[in-house]
Amino acid sequence: MAMNYNAKDEVDGGPPGAPGGAAKNRRPDNTAFKQQRLPAWQPILTAGTVLPTFFIIGLIFIPIGIGIFVTSNNIREIEIDYTGTEPSSPCNKCLFPNATPCFCTINFTLEQSFEGNVFMYYGLSNFYQNHRRYVKSRDDSQLNGDASALLNPSKECEPYRRNEDKPIAPCGAIANSMFNDTLELFLISNESQSTPIPLQRKGIAWWTDKNVKFRNPPGGKDLEERFKGTTKPVNWVKPVYMLDSDPNNSGFINEDFIVWMRTAALPTFRKLYRLIERRNDLHPTLPAGQYYLNITYNYPVHSFDGRKRMILSTISWMGGKNPFLGIAYITIGSISFLLGVVLLVINHKYRNSSNTADITI
Amino acid sequence: MSTGRDSETTFEEDSQPNDEVVPYSDDETEDELEDQGPAVEPEQNRVNRETEEKRETFKKDCTWQVKANDRSFHEQPQFMNTKFFCIKESKYSSNAIKTYKYNAFTFLPMNLFEQFKRAANFYFLVLLILQAIPQITTLAWYTTLVPLLMVLGITAIKDLVDDVARHKMDKEINNRTCEVIKDGRFKTAKWKEVQVGDVIRLKKNDFIPADILLLSSSEPNSLCYVETAELDGETNLKFRMALESTHEHLQREHSLAAFDGFIECEEPNNRLDKFTGTLFWRNMSFPLDADKILLRGCVIRNTDFCHGLVIFAGADTKIMRNSGKTRFKRTKIDYLMNYMVYTIFVVLILLSAGLAIGHAYWEAQVGNYSWYLYDGEDATPSYRGFLNFWGYIIVLNTMVPISLYVSVEVIRLGQSYFINWDLQMYYPEKDTPAKARTTTLNEQLGQIHYIFSDKTGTLTQNIMTFKKCCINGQIYGDPRDVSLHSHSKIEQVDFSWNTYADGKLAFYDHYLIEQIQTGKESEVRQFFFLLAICHTVMVERIDGQLNYQAASPDEGALVSAARNFGFAFLARTQNTITISEMGTKRTYHVLAILDFNSDRKRMSIIVRTPEGNIRLYCKGADTVIYERLHPMNPTKQETQDALDIFANETLRTLCLCYKEIEEKEFAEWNKKFVAASVAPTNRDEALDKVYEEIEKDLILLGATAIEDKLQDGVPETISKLAKADIKIWVLTGDKKETAENIGFACELLTEETTICYGEDISSLLHTRMENQRNRGGVYAKLIPPVHEPFFTPGENRALIITGSWLNEILLEKKTKRSKILKLKFPRTEEERRMRSQSKRRLEIKKEQQQKNFVDLACECSAVICCRVTPKQKAMVVDLVKRYKKAVTLAIGDGANDVNMIKTAHIGVGISGQEGMQAVMSSDYSFAQFRYLQRLLLVHGRWSYIRMCKFLRYFFYKNFAFTLVHFWYSFFNGYSAQTAYEDWFITLYNVLYSSLPVLLMGLLDQDVSDKLSLRFPGLYVVGQRDLLFNYKRFFVSLLHGVLTSMVLFFIPLGAYLQTVGQDGEAPSDYQSFAVTIASALIITVNFQIGLDTSYWTFVNAFSIFGSIALYFGIMFDFHSAGIHVLFPSAFQFTGTASNALRQPYIWLTIILTVAVCLLPVVAIRFLSMTIWPSESDKIQKHRKRLKAEEQWKRRPSMFRRGASSRRSAYAFSHQRGYADLISSGRSIRRKRSPLDAIIADGTAEYRRTVES
Repeated sequence: MAMNYNAKDEVDGGPPGAPGGAAKNRRPDNTAFKQQRLPAWQPILTAGTVLPTFFIIGLIFIPIGIGIFVTSNNIREIEIDYTGTEPSSPCNKCLFPNATPCFCTINFTLEQSFEGNVFMYYGLSNFYQNHRRYVKSRDDSQLNGDASALLNPSKECEPYRRNEDKPIAPCGAIANSMFNDTLELFLISNESQSTPIPLQRKGIAWWTDKNVKFRNPPGGKDLEERFKGTTKPVNWVKPVYMLDSDPNNSGFINEDFIVWMRTAALPTFRKLYRLIERRNDLHPTLPAGQYYLNITYNYPVHSFDGRKRMILSTISWMGGKNPFLGIAYITIGSISFLLGVVLLVINHKYRNSSNTADITI
Repeated sequence: MSTGRDSETTFEEDSQPNDEVVPYSDDETEDELEDQGPAVEPEQNRVNRETEEKRETFKKDCTWQVKANDRSFHEQPQFMNTKFFCIKESKYSSNAIKTYKYNAFTFLPMNLFEQFKRAANFYFLVLLILQAIPQITTLAWYTTLVPLLMVLGITAIKDLVDDVARHKMDKEINNRTCEVIKDGRFKTAKWKEVQVGDVIRLKKNDFIPADILLLSSSEPNSLCYVETAELDGETNLKFRMALESTHEHLQREHSLAAFDGFIECEEPNNRLDKFTGTLFWRNMSFPLDADKILLRGCVIRNTDFCHGLVIFAGADTKIMRNSGKTRFKRTKIDYLMNYMVYTIFVVLILLSAGLAIGHAYWEAQVGNYSWYLYDGEDATPSYRGFLNFWGYIIVLNTMVPISLYVSVEVIRLGQSYFINWDLQMYYPEKDTPAKARTTTLNEQLGQIHYIFSDKTGTLTQNIMTFKKCCINGQIYGDPRDVSLHSHSKIEQVDFSWNTYADGKLAFYDHYLIEQIQTGKESEVRQFFFLLAICHTVMVERIDGQLNYQAASPDEGALVSAARNFGFAFLARTQNTITISEMGTKRTYHVLAILDFNSDRKRMSIIVRTPEGNIRLYCKGADTVIYERLHPMNPTKQETQDALDIFANETLRTLCLCYKEIEEKEFAEWNKKFVAASVAPTNRDEALDKVYEEIEKDLILLGATAIEDKLQDGVPETISKLAKADIKIWVLTGDKKETAENIGFACELLTEETTICYGEDISSLLHTRMENQRNRGGVYAKLIPPVHEPFFTPGENRALIITGSWLNEILLEKKTKRSKILKLKFPRTEEERRMRSQSKRRLEIKKEQQQKNFVDLACECSAVICCRVTPKQKAMVVDLVKRYKKAVTLAIGDGANDVNMIKTAHIGVGISGQEGMQAVMSSDYSFAQFRYLQRLLLVHGRWSYIRMCKFLRYFFYKNFAFTLVHFWYSFFNGYSAQTAYEDWFITLYNVLYSSLPVLLMGLLDQDVSDKLSLRFPGLYVVGQRDLLFNYKRFFVSLLHGVLTSMVLFFIPLGAYLQTVGQDGEAPSDYQSFAVTIASALIITVNFQIGLDTSYWTFVNAFSIFGSIALYFGIMFDFHSAGIHVLFPSAFQFTGTASNALRQPYIWLTIILTVAVCLLPVVAIRFLSMTIWPSESDKIQKHRKRLKAEEQWKRRPSMFRRGASSRRSAYAFSHQRGYADLISSGRSIRRKRSPLDAIIADGTAEYRRTVES
């Protein structure tokens, strides 16, 4: 009886037990949800759906991978290590602590010209900007221009919270360890003459950072007045309001500072340093030829075996040079395609048996 | 309950177990029996103590004092118990009951306290405290607090709802009303106002508000009928009788108001059938026993009103003492889950320790030289490592899923609702839906191995119907002329000629009616006349309709049948019976009633006809009747054949016979009878002997056949469950024959089954024990157990064993053992050691024996235990639980099943019957046995599959989520830096990944309910723990680990040296976190999509909704507005918009998700193709199966071959009302004065002796 029972029959037939209907009826509702009869799609992994998926994924991924790979390969990039650990390096002299300020110059050659906008990065390695103690050592309220936080920074900033009884602005280990090398680029047009490459220092930070996250404290017109009562971070030479002569790029909204404050994910990282804008004429931005890099070497990395690099790079629709993603896509696409073939064979082999196999229970 | 009077029987040494009796009374609790054998004690001390105890017994036991109509008495200081320090409380509870746990003020602290008692919640509290320590905090405080608050909140709300319901229920009960004497008059009062010592008045059909002493009632002799269904599940009426003196003097209101009796009795206890006390009144003392007490929860029936004195109120009442203490049951998966959580916890500690060591090393190698990390503290690397250990405990805490327990609760609750809502388990006739009373056991329903079923009321309806009879060798009852009426509906017999017919009997043999009406064969009329006169049924007229009250349903069925066939039993007085014989009323003088008991297996009545003849009418089991027949009985053989036929149709049979008695013979016998009925000792035996003398040379009239109606669909259900590899054991208090009969009726036993009885297996077990002893002696345990079957495999065997044999086999002879121990006391150290050694040996032997028995019983396809006490039922369940480690389910309807229901892993109560005891202590209840197949095969299986899928996924998703931190550690100096934003960690478990898996846990079905029922073999996965075990668990963890690796290393590769499309370097920490988090959310939500086999729109909505919710919330949290409001709480400003603008990052996310999911798809597809499970196959062929849905149910085949199976006989398990009838107490006369009753000779003698 229970087997042939059909809930619908009973409902159409009316409730058999309660003719009066006056008594409290405890009969459950006959709704699709309560009877667990919700209309549903019951997908099964059949050959008809699985195999095409693998082939299609293979067919999509491989072209994408090739596209990324080609794009990545078309990007011009040059990387110059100026750490100076090798004795032959011009910057080797700067490794000694007494030699400050220290200037050094590195020559290099661009084999091919760089076209379009060129971006200048500095890269650090073995530098743990993602260390927990380091990452949290900042006060976002202070950086956001909060007047009270300016004079009373968060405890997270310890031990770079106060210096000589004055609050440090900007406080914390990140700000204190800001990258302070100066890099200048010159093109050697002929034997004696060299032209400096114009480097833009603005437009290197995220818009949101520059306009939302980082704001100078409120107050008077003069930046110095706004930062009154604070002191510079211990390692800095100049206070924060003198980072740049341009008041729109000084104080907390200095873009070099903002870039530094956006901590890196990995111990080897690069950060955007300057922009070299494309010129209007048909000349390439950086023509092939001899260049030299003037470095004001301030930032010590030797103690922790760090490296410092200067990178020049053009970009494409998908960013800078990075072969990983292209290769990964090609690999995964090919594996997927192969897997499709393997599955097809296996399915073919077992199809007969699975079709005739009767349910044994 | 069938304990009754047989319970006093104890075992004789060396005697064979008696199949008829129920072994020992349940009154003796385990402890009491143990207590009888004091361990070690010098002789003299013992003697002294015993004499002392005897003297004090009375005093010690009767410390409960009640004074009638005197409330101030009970408020005296000596009745006050100190509770806290100085708050005193009366030891007399008020009658208000309180089942709720909290009130408005205590809710919050008490609920929180209770919740933190749970290990998981406490763990998170500890984490929260750890996070408050600045040196080691690695996560923002809210990451743990928010989920914890949500978990606590959900649980608290659930508790609150439950408690509010309890409040309501209490209020409803406490505000019921009854009449109480106040200021000399009866006034209506609420139950909660009733107090100990109050005199109350109850009316017909009232519930009794407290345990009261019956003082008087409207009935003669102050009898009072009560229905005790709520207490013990027995639906027949019981009578209680007041003391004679209170009956005489306490009828009027003013006398009741002046009543000043004083009662001393035992303290409140939970024994329903025992009470000792003394009433002191008017300078006399009267002993009180349980027959004078009306218990709370019973209902007054057939009594216009009664008066009583409240002795125990509220929490002291026996029903309240009996409730409570419900054992907290947990499922197998619960235990497994706990172990897994411990495993994860160990993994967590190991990982943290490893990373902490890594950190110490790194600090020594790199950190100490990195000037930019200077933090002003000169901590050594190892100290930093130590701090980081705790830091990692916090960071990785999400491996132990905080929302696991609450999600499991929610899923189980939902599944319980689905059970409650199931229309196919709703019984319209009684308006009873199924009910999951416990909401924590659902998945266990999918793992049942053994079902222990009660018989009466569970397998059978406990409705007896008169089916057939054999009169003078001729069988009546089958429809005649089958050939003629084969296609038309067989007509029922029309009883309209008979004014007394109740119209409920369905009978198809018209020929019998003809026979009665024509009166051609005198035996036919005599047959029904016998049925109408030989019984102990009481009759009552309600609205002019006859209403019979029988001690057993069998007897009721027979008397009703006689009534329908024209011989209506109309009235009974103490010594007359009036019968309407085909319309003419005749009154017979009853000379003696020879009542039924289980030894006699028959009852007789001796009457004097109006003509003056004396006749004996007798009905009883064929075995006893045939021994006492007159040798010249012509129809003996024919009746014997008829009995065989009836028995094969699983009908319950009785033989009827009569004899004429000479006046002289009777007078002689009557003398002996009167003498025996007043015999001072061994009266029952003396009476039996006298009865024997007259019950001989009987003339056989015929035999009746009664059908013990099975519940609907029982055989089908049993065969379904058997196909699902579930073993069914029937445990019943019934007789062996009856139980065996039912076994055949419900196809548990078939003709091919070889049945083993107690003696067979006893010898088998004995041989086995001998073998084991020879092999290893006492140290048999040390030898690895070899499993050798008791029987040759392949044979279909069943075991039928009685309670007495069970005791014999399982060495549970307690009375005997304690007797031996009592005999002598060990004097020396030596002896004592020997004693304890032998005791230990006995224990080992007992254990071995029990194990052997369980092994043997489990080899049988069916086991029927009959004549077992409630305690033995529980014991059998416990044995299987203990030695088979199998999941058990007990199903029953009566109070005698409560023990078993509470013992089994899952207890099911049959509801809709009058008794509620079984239901109250059960975990699930429904109205019909056949719903069991749906409960197990559909709900149980689904619940199990859902829970397993849920748990597997849950562990997977948390591992995939958490271990990314672990991989990231290698790139951040093991500094416990998290790989995600704090808010993401906070919300991951509660918002982003919880809903789809919850919905899958609630709604998923691999195959539909119809297919689940059609292929019971699908159930096996649960029994074998195939879907969730340690292997599956580790596979899930491995899956999680691999996913986390992919989630971390692919973005890592992409981020190594990338720049954004604007030239900005997006390789910052925040973009990295967003990339991984997005990939994670998409992966886990798609993964649950793959796991879901039943996609409803809710599932689809929740999966895509979760992903959308993630992006929505993330963009909100990263927006400018929220940063301006809380700059330090939301630091990821602009990350989402900047990072997700980059096609590069999207490509990374897509690649990550694809690499996570594609292997899963491939592996699933491969396993489905190469090793498809049964469920996979059915899913694959779903459409085809649906097409053939119109398959026909196999007609149930009763294999009735020629067999020599001898029948059961039908009779009550209790003595009838004969004593009561002959005492004249219950017979309703027109308020006859007491003297009139006392005047009667025989009856009066017996009454005085008895009372």
